[in-house]
Amino acid sequence: MTKVMLVSSSGGHWVQLNRLRPAFEGMELIYVTTEERYRNTVGLAHFLTVPDASRWNKIRVLWLAVVMLWHILRVRPDVVVSTGAAPGFFALFFGKKLGALTIWLDSIANVEEMSMSGKMASKHADLWLTQWQHLARPDGPLYKGAVL
Amino acid sequence: MIFVTVGEQLPFDRLIQAMDQWAQRTGQEVFAQVGHSDFKPCYIQYKPFLDQAEFGQKMEAAQLIVAHAGMGTIISALERGKPLVVMPRKASLGEHRNEHQSATASRFAALGHVWVVDDEQGLGEALAFFLTGGEPDRSQITRIEPSAELIQAIREFIRSVGHQ
Repeated sequence: MTKVMLVSSSGGHWVQLNRLRPAFEGMELIYVTTEERYRNTVGLAHFLTVPDASRWNKIRVLWLAVVMLWHILRVRPDVVVSTGAAPGFFALFFGKKLGALTIWLDSIANVEEMSMSGKMASKHADLWLTQWQHLARPDGPLYKGAVL
Repeated sequence: MIFVTVGEQLPFDRLIQAMDQWAQRTGQEVFAQVGHSDFKPCYIQYKPFLDQAEFGQKMEAAQLIVAHAGMGTIISALERGKPLVVMPRKASLGEHRNEHQSATASRFAALGHVWVVDDEQGLGEALAFFLTGGEPDRSQITRIEPSAELIQAIREFIRSVGHQ
C-alpha cells in the first residue's frame, strides 16, 4: 500500500492538510505535526510529532530537522505532502533525498506571495502548488484549486 | 475576554456599537480594535489600531474573536484555533465597496471554526450561545468541499508515478 506522510505545523496549516484527505483514499497515512493534541483527530492513521520551531530559533530548527529525518528514515514514505511550514520544508527536503514523491500545497493564507517555507520547498517539490490563481506561473507554482 | 477587530481600512460602527451594547447588558469584558470607526464605545476598552505584537497578544488572550470578514483576521484566528464569529460588512450599508466579505465569510465558514452571522440580531444570538458555553453550531455551517480539481490533481499525480 502506498505510504503517504502528511506533514504540517499546527493551526491553519493542519486544518488545510486535513481537507486533502479524500485525495489519499486507499493509501496508508502517517500524519506528522507539532501538536500532540491532534492525535485523537486522525482516526486510524498513524500519528507522529516533531518539535515546534520558528526560523528564528536555530537550535529548535536543528532539533526539528533531526527528528523529522528520524521519522522519514523509519517510515520510508512513498509520498510526502505538506501545507507548511518549517516541518513541511524538512519533510520534503529529506523525503526527496530518499526518493519519495513530494507535494507542497502552499497555505491559502498566502494571498500575495508564496510563503517563505513554500519558496524554500520549491526545489524539493515534485508538485508545487499555490491556492491562488493569480500566484500561479507556468514553471510553478501551479494552481489546481483550493482547500475551500 | 472577547476580542473584537474590524481591520484597519474602513470603519465598522455597526459591529462596535452592537458589541458595546452587549457589554453593557452582560457586563462581559470586551476589547475592540476599532480602526476608523466613528462610534465611541462606553462599556468596552478599545484602541483604533494595534501593532502586530499587541494584536497577537489580544488574539491569544481572547476566549472568542468577533470580527469583520477580513482575510487577515480569519486566518489569524484559524491559525490559533480560536473560535471566531464573523459579521461581514455590507456594501448596501456603505460599509464596503462590494459584497465580497459575505463571499469570503461563507468560503471560510467551511473550515468549521468560523461562525458567520448576518446582522446584529444574529450576533446577539451567537454571543448568547457562547455565554452558555456553546461552540459555533457546526451543523449550521454550509460545508464547502475542497475543490474536486485539487483532490483529483493530487490523486492523479501520485498515480502517474506508479503508486496506486
